[in-house]
Amino acid sequence: MLDIRNLHVSVDGKPILKGLDLSVKAGEVHAIMGPNGSGKSTLAHVLAGREGYVVSSGEILYQGSNLLELNVEERAQQGILLAFQYPVEIPGVANVYFLKAALNALRRHRGLPELDAIDFLALIRNKLKQMEMDESLLYRPVNQGFSGGEKKRNEILQMVLLEPTLALLDESDSGLDIDALKVVAAGINGLRSPQRAIVLVTHYQRLLDYVVPDKVHVLADGRIARSGGRELAIELERTGYGTPADHPGRQAATP
Amino acid sequence: MNARVPGSAADYLGAFRRISGILPGQHLDWLRQARAEAIGRFSQQGFPTLHDEDWKYTSVASIEKGRFNILPTASDNLLAPQVALHALPDSHLLVFVNGRLDPGLSRPGRLPPGTVLSSLAYQLEQDQDWPEDTLVTYPPASPFADLNLAFMADGAYVRLPPEAALAAPIQLLFITSEANLAVQPRNLLVAGAGSSASIVEQHVALGESSYFTNTVTDILVGSGATLEHHKVQQESPAAFHIATVNVSQAAKSRFTSTSFALGARLARTGIAVKFQAEDAHCTLDGLYLSDGRQHVDHHTWIDHQKPRCTSRELYKGILNGASRAVFNGRVVVHPDAQGSDAQQTNHNLLLSENAEIDTKPQLEIWADDVKCSHGATVGQLDEDQVYYLRARGIGEASARVILTRAFAKEIIDRVGPLSLQERLDQLLQHKLPRQ
Ligand SMILES: Nc1ncnc2c1ncn2[C@@H]1O[C@H](COP(=O)(O)OP(=O)(O)OP(=O)(O)O)[C@@H](O)[C@H]1O
Ligand SMILES: [Mg+2]
Repeated sequence: MLDIRNLHVSVDGKPILKGLDLSVKAGEVHAIMGPNGSGKSTLAHVLAGREGYVVSSGEILYQGSNLLELNVEERAQQGILLAFQYPVEIPGVANVYFLKAALNALRRHRGLPELDAIDFLALIRNKLKQMEMDESLLYRPVNQGFSGGEKKRNEILQMVLLEPTLALLDESDSGLDIDALKVVAAGINGLRSPQRAIVLVTHYQRLLDYVVPDKVHVLADGRIARSGGRELAIELERTGYGTPADHPGRQAATP
Repeated sequence: MNARVPGSAADYLGAFRRISGILPGQHLDWLRQARAEAIGRFSQQGFPTLHDEDWKYTSVASIEKGRFNILPTASDNLLAPQVALHALPDSHLLVFVNGRLDPGLSRPGRLPPGTVLSSLAYQLEQDQDWPEDTLVTYPPASPFADLNLAFMADGAYVRLPPEAALAAPIQLLFITSEANLAVQPRNLLVAGAGSSASIVEQHVALGESSYFTNTVTDILVGSGATLEHHKVQQESPAAFHIATVNVSQAAKSRFTSTSFALGARLARTGIAVKFQAEDAHCTLDGLYLSDGRQHVDHHTWIDHQKPRCTSRELYKGILNGASRAVFNGRVVVHPDAQGSDAQQTNHNLLLSENAEIDTKPQLEIWADDVKCSHGATVGQLDEDQVYYLRARGIGEASARVILTRAFAKEIIDRVGPLSLQERLDQLLQHKLPRQ
């Protein structure tokens, strides 16, 4: 589903991804871990199509075609959804209006009739229940004044509503209490299917107890430094990432 | 010999001499004299120029050059459906066509006892001892206020008796259908002690012709009264609109003004609020939308004359094309006005590189125990927000419209009457650039 080869990306002239390779097949769940500032969110935004990222070499194939030719909304319409590490607040736009506009944009693209207010409300109420979210969050401005956990739940709400083909979840577990973590994990697990792929960026093994990944990668200094099964996450939890590989005189911590 | 420029101040003097006999209220000595003095001052001073501090950013040369008829040629037969287009479903409605009340189209409805909703011309003709100071203010707000005083022929007269509370809004609908007309409405709104009401003053056009609206609205808010004044300016794209709003507030009164500037080629609204007694509050909000070569100017002036009054101002502008907007917010706190609290905010969204905004706070503080703040921003849409919407599959153009609308919505949501909120929301959807 997703093939990234030798990806080099810089932001404001600063190289951040430096030859990243990653391959994710339909049906798989991959976890990406790695130290702060190693480029995980950068990778997520490059996949979502955010402007300002310069791809100087390498390629990204999504479902066999060149992803870099598509703009942000086209990628979303083709089934890519990025749950933001820092969801954006939009004063003046009611959450319910935003969610409906998003769903109907995708439906239009797929040649399906748009949902009217009544049908949409019935649908979104179900999803809210699934996410154990209060209905009042529908009528507040998008993410504005939401608590950290509410923001993350709202991202996962969008995921269960929009049912992406490739879900990129950037630290959707950060800042969640233990009950919220279970709800978010259930949301992610509910989406797992042979037709879909999920990439989780996380700092904690905890999420992976609930959402068991097929593969775990360590992104360090703009590259995939290590890959393995779920046991790699357990090991990292114990040992940490150690000193960066390019630190003079030291090797990355590999026992 | 001085050449006579068409439309110059001298021409207005000539017109005044010809028609002043038929203006309403000429049996009142003080009014006859005040009109004569006003036109005298105006013909000497002429129109303001860019050299006048208050008109530095707004040239009215095009109004000066225009030739406008002082009297409407014939009464226009407006059809009820054209009025229905603008009438709010629940309002006490007065309709003015080309500056004159049209009783047939009006629908004042049932009002609390003692409430007067009437035409100024009618009231002036009826009344033998009209209080002079309600219509004549010295010094005049501007040459345009003098011009209005000289020629005012009609307008709304609203008087709320003490403690009257109106559930539905009063709507004053000014419709101009005649090209090249100078319409000079004069409104007097008086809210008795403890009364409460919302008054909508709306200026619309039939067609796209050029004309000149020069309106003055005097508002007296009695002690403990709560009054909302919502001004909706939807003049024709070729029209000129100059508005002067003078507000005088008694103790513990609350006044809210929203000014929506949506139409006209050149529009200027000046709102002056005077706190005449303690513990009063005013909120002045506004939203201006400009496109093409439109010019829209708001000048507000809040005069904190007495202690412990509070004022809040939020003006927002959306500028497109090669349009230009002006916001000048003057706040004066007098030496005695201890405990004054004034906040002023002006946010502007520039959707085009060729649009221009001049925003200027003007704070004159002469007391020590005061809280005063102001802030202005000029910017574009937040690109992170645009990205977030696009990342959910919403096309870029729609994302920008959604965000622009949200920017404006903050002001619309502050309007009291829900029927007006809905109407403004629809208007906005039509007006916002599609990009
Ligand atoms: N606009 C920018 N200009 C310069 N540097 C940038 C810019 N945006 C991101 N960076 C840098 O790129 C690096 C990678 O950032 P990124 O957000 O991808 O890290 P991350 O792996 O997601 O970290 P975290 O775990 O803290 O979320 C950081 O050093 C960051 O400071
Ligand atoms: Mg990150």
